[in-house]
Amino acid sequence: MSEEISPEIKLPTGEKLILSTSPHIRDTDSVRHIMYKVLLALVPACIAGVYFFGWRSALVMLATMAFCVGAEALWCRLAKKPVMGTIADGSAAVTGLLLALNLPPQVPFYVCLIGAFLAIWLGKQVFGGIGCNPFNPALVARVGLLIALPAIMTTWQPARGMNADTEDASLWFSPKTIQELKDGKPLDSVSCATPLGVVGTTKKIADNSFEAESNFETVSHPDQMMPYFLGRKGGCIGETSVLALLIGGVILMLFRLINWRVPVVYIGTVAVFAGLVNYFFPGVTPPPLFHIVTGGLVLGAVFMATDMVTSPITPTGCIVFAVGCGVITTVIRIWGNYPEGVSFSILFMNALVPLIDRFCTPRPFGYTTKRR
Amino acid sequence: MKSNSKDYLSFDGGIHPASDGKSLSEGSPVQRPPLLDRYRVVISESVGKPPKPVVQPGDLVKKYQLIAQAEGFVSANLHSPTSGKVVGIVEVAGAMGIPVPAIEIESDGKDEPCEPMPPLDWKTASAADLLARIGEAGVVGMGGAAFPTRVKLSPPPEKQIDTLILNGAECEPYLTADHRLMLEKPRAVLEGAAISAKILGVKNIYIGVEVNKTDAIEALNKHAADYNIYVVGLKVQYPQGSEKQLIDAVTKREVPTGGLPMDAHCVVQNVGTAAAVSDAVTLGIPLVERITTVTGDVVKNPGNWLLKLGTPVIKAVEFAGGVTEEPGKLILGGPMMGFAQKTFDVTVCKNTSGILLLPQSDSIAYDPSPCIRCGRCVAGCPMGLLPCLLGSVIEAERFDLAAENHVMDCLECGSCAYVCPAHRPLVQHMRRAKAEIRKQSKK
Amino acid sequence: MNILIIAVAVMAGVGLALGIIIGIFARLFRVESDPRVDLVVELLPGANCGGCGMAGCSDFAKAVVSGKMAPSKCPVSSSDQVSAIAQALGIEAGEAFKQKAVVLCGGDREQTMRLASYNGIIDCVSASLVAGGPKGCTYGCLGMGSCARKCPFGAIEMINGLAIIHKELCVGCGTCVAVCPRNVIKLVPAEAEVHVYCNSPLKAPAKRLVCKVACIGCRKCAKAAPDKFLIEGFKATVDYSHTPLPTAEDVVAAACPTGSLLTAEEHLQIEKHDPDWSAEKK
Repeated sequence: MSEEISPEIKLPTGEKLILSTSPHIRDTDSVRHIMYKVLLALVPACIAGVYFFGWRSALVMLATMAFCVGAEALWCRLAKKPVMGTIADGSAAVTGLLLALNLPPQVPFYVCLIGAFLAIWLGKQVFGGIGCNPFNPALVARVGLLIALPAIMTTWQPARGMNADTEDASLWFSPKTIQELKDGKPLDSVSCATPLGVVGTTKKIADNSFEAESNFETVSHPDQMMPYFLGRKGGCIGETSVLALLIGGVILMLFRLINWRVPVVYIGTVAVFAGLVNYFFPGVTPPPLFHIVTGGLVLGAVFMATDMVTSPITPTGCIVFAVGCGVITTVIRIWGNYPEGVSFSILFMNALVPLIDRFCTPRPFGYTTKRR
Repeated sequence: MKSNSKDYLSFDGGIHPASDGKSLSEGSPVQRPPLLDRYRVVISESVGKPPKPVVQPGDLVKKYQLIAQAEGFVSANLHSPTSGKVVGIVEVAGAMGIPVPAIEIESDGKDEPCEPMPPLDWKTASAADLLARIGEAGVVGMGGAAFPTRVKLSPPPEKQIDTLILNGAECEPYLTADHRLMLEKPRAVLEGAAISAKILGVKNIYIGVEVNKTDAIEALNKHAADYNIYVVGLKVQYPQGSEKQLIDAVTKREVPTGGLPMDAHCVVQNVGTAAAVSDAVTLGIPLVERITTVTGDVVKNPGNWLLKLGTPVIKAVEFAGGVTEEPGKLILGGPMMGFAQKTFDVTVCKNTSGILLLPQSDSIAYDPSPCIRCGRCVAGCPMGLLPCLLGSVIEAERFDLAAENHVMDCLECGSCAYVCPAHRPLVQHMRRAKAEIRKQSKK
Repeated sequence: MNILIIAVAVMAGVGLALGIIIGIFARLFRVESDPRVDLVVELLPGANCGGCGMAGCSDFAKAVVSGKMAPSKCPVSSSDQVSAIAQALGIEAGEAFKQKAVVLCGGDREQTMRLASYNGIIDCVSASLVAGGPKGCTYGCLGMGSCARKCPFGAIEMINGLAIIHKELCVGCGTCVAVCPRNVIKLVPAEAEVHVYCNSPLKAPAKRLVCKVACIGCRKCAKAAPDKFLIEGFKATVDYSHTPLPTAEDVVAAACPTGSLLTAEEHLQIEKHDPDWSAEKK
């Protein structure tokens, strides 16, 4: 019998035992890691924004992020909550960057400041902080700014590659601007129209006017799709380059950060709905591919609608949510007063998320189809 | 459902623990430890009524001798793990943290067995005789629940059992005891399955093994055809070894809520239990020892040991070469569903499948943050529940809402808490809710 | 200007019309209630604690008015309030049996061994589910404060990992008794001053391993004051149904060797580390 312990064997004393409930191991992910990965996925879109709109866009992004973090720190100080513990999770920075990507490139910095407070204070903290907000904070800020400062929020800067000599220049620029550009004025000091804006104005011009029809044809011509896809069009900092956004989307899916159902079904619904309208009434709306590569649809579908806190937790719920967003976006784009409907549709569906989750709760294991 | 073990069956939900820690002890053959001075055999080792001791302090006992008699139907016999003298009844720390009575036996160093029960030829013996032998041998479920096997193998006839599934999944990280058993004693496992099937009167016998245990599948396949047993490959996913999920994966039947496997016409048995059944019938020896994995990053020589009942856990750690540093956690069982202990005074019981020592750096801190509704817990829950919602309502002490959201169906498998990025203690919330709901329904 | 006047007039008119409609419906769908019930609710302290066993003060008032319960059944009301209610209704006040709650455990962080550090939800029920809690004694107060949080009157203070109930604030509603997973809190007659602060039925050697102030069942208290104490196995407890109850003199006469027999006042002062008291008892 070996009751003697040989000297090399070190036995535990149990002094440092920790008592906790199972499970005793955990995945290495944390909220902070998730936020950093989202920031990483946004990098392609940021690079595209700076490429197409210049260095000022980078300043706008940094300023908005800084203001958002500052707004959250200020709230925590006033509400006597731990400041470092709250801003360390990175969610304010992500909100800031998403908000910046939703702003036009030429916004004055005070707009970033107002937007930051709208997003963090009104969009998140009044509801109780992270996890408690029903609405996407960046979209709350964007819509708030759009309604309060419509002129600033609808002034677009031309993207790199657009100039006064192209065939479609008359679509984007007023004759005065074309002249100014030809005289040598730099791109980032003039304003232009966006593709959806052009479609929107053609609605307003009298029906059957030759000019309206011709503009409509030009803006939705198949040759235009590639430039739109790459980013050579006016718009918000982040929404122009669909290619960069899709790369970001792939990164998000690789990290399993988003549910694939939301972006796929959202974009799919818009494509199908717009496609049907376009098939039966060709003059009313451009073809579905146009809808996908213009406006904020891909930005909204990949980064805004998939925000964890404000999207459903059930798989079926995600599909319902995405279909709803898609329908409302298309309705606003085709028949609504605003040229773009993504922000409004996502906010609207955010409000319905608790109801959607309640009705789309999965059947638990062991219950037959006749639910109790 | 026939198979040739190239399957990849599974269930909805579940998670994949990143590092499964099995490499620490997978390759170690089962070792027999040296004899100890004394063994403290916990009396109540199974679900149901504790058996009544039939020995007095001072009695001399031989190995395999009966020391406690089962009381009533749901109860199991207890036998001495070695020869020696009964010292008396002492209190030891139980696995659940409450002190429990144990019979202390001082070993005489000879490890002399008493006469074994006469071996039975299971092919010719009657089901009733086989069942009685299992009862005499004190065989209980060795996968964790410790339900007396004699009771499990006598389901009411109206349940119409048609399938026996052997659970060789061993989905918990770090544990390799069942793997080594299937690898080293496949015939015993298969024979035990055949015996149990004969008692139940079923023709469909499956052994579910996760596909990463290729050597075990091969070892079983060599002899499986002799016994008309089909080895089924299962996807490597946690909790594949949970009996409800196992039945779903193998037979595509769902155990109804609040029900038992027999409500899905199945009986599930751990491979260790099957081996014990085989030993009881063909060799006539009762259950007094079991294979336990002693492992963890702080254990010097992690491995699998054939430990006698009543072995103090600290001795098991000594057999494994001691520790390299003071551990932060002592867990009986696996890291996902095992019980953390507050003292090393615990002993090995019939259902101790693993002794796991985690380093202090791995012993996760309690730092919950608000739920961010990421939905990973919903995707991971094998029972299709909404753990994040349940956690929130339980924190608000709304146990009525928790019951409405089916908290009583929770397996406490830990998948939700494992994936939660906000580090919420979801399983503790569920346990609390279940305790409160049971207390209220008793009133 | 006209527009302004019209707008204001319309708003006022709409408001008036809606107000009249609401008033009509309030009359139409009025629920008849006994005015005496409202009177009793006014006279009650209004804590809605459920200590009477009914679902709140208005429920209790209905029971009193219908004669099912006596006014004295409200543990929170003072005797003046009870007689006021009885007078208002013209009924008997009833027997007043005042109870108070007491936590029968003396094991704070210094006196008992904590075997492991606890990582989990700071709640007593949750902690007791994890291997019986971090304390060495699985029968004593867990110290996570669930009772203190639940007490509607703020009578429970957590001092050094032990729950102490302040007698003057406790009204005997019984909420804490229901919450405690260890059943360490008991409802005792309000006059009881002396208690044995130990809840563990284990044998003395096992208890002493983990707690310095456990009752070892030496029976000195029972010898000093027979009839006033009950011995259950290895633990002494006060016989609360016996009158008279033990007094401070009985405590001195018993000379409890471990310090688990104390008056409530001593217990509180020791826990608060009042040097006058601690030195004597240690």
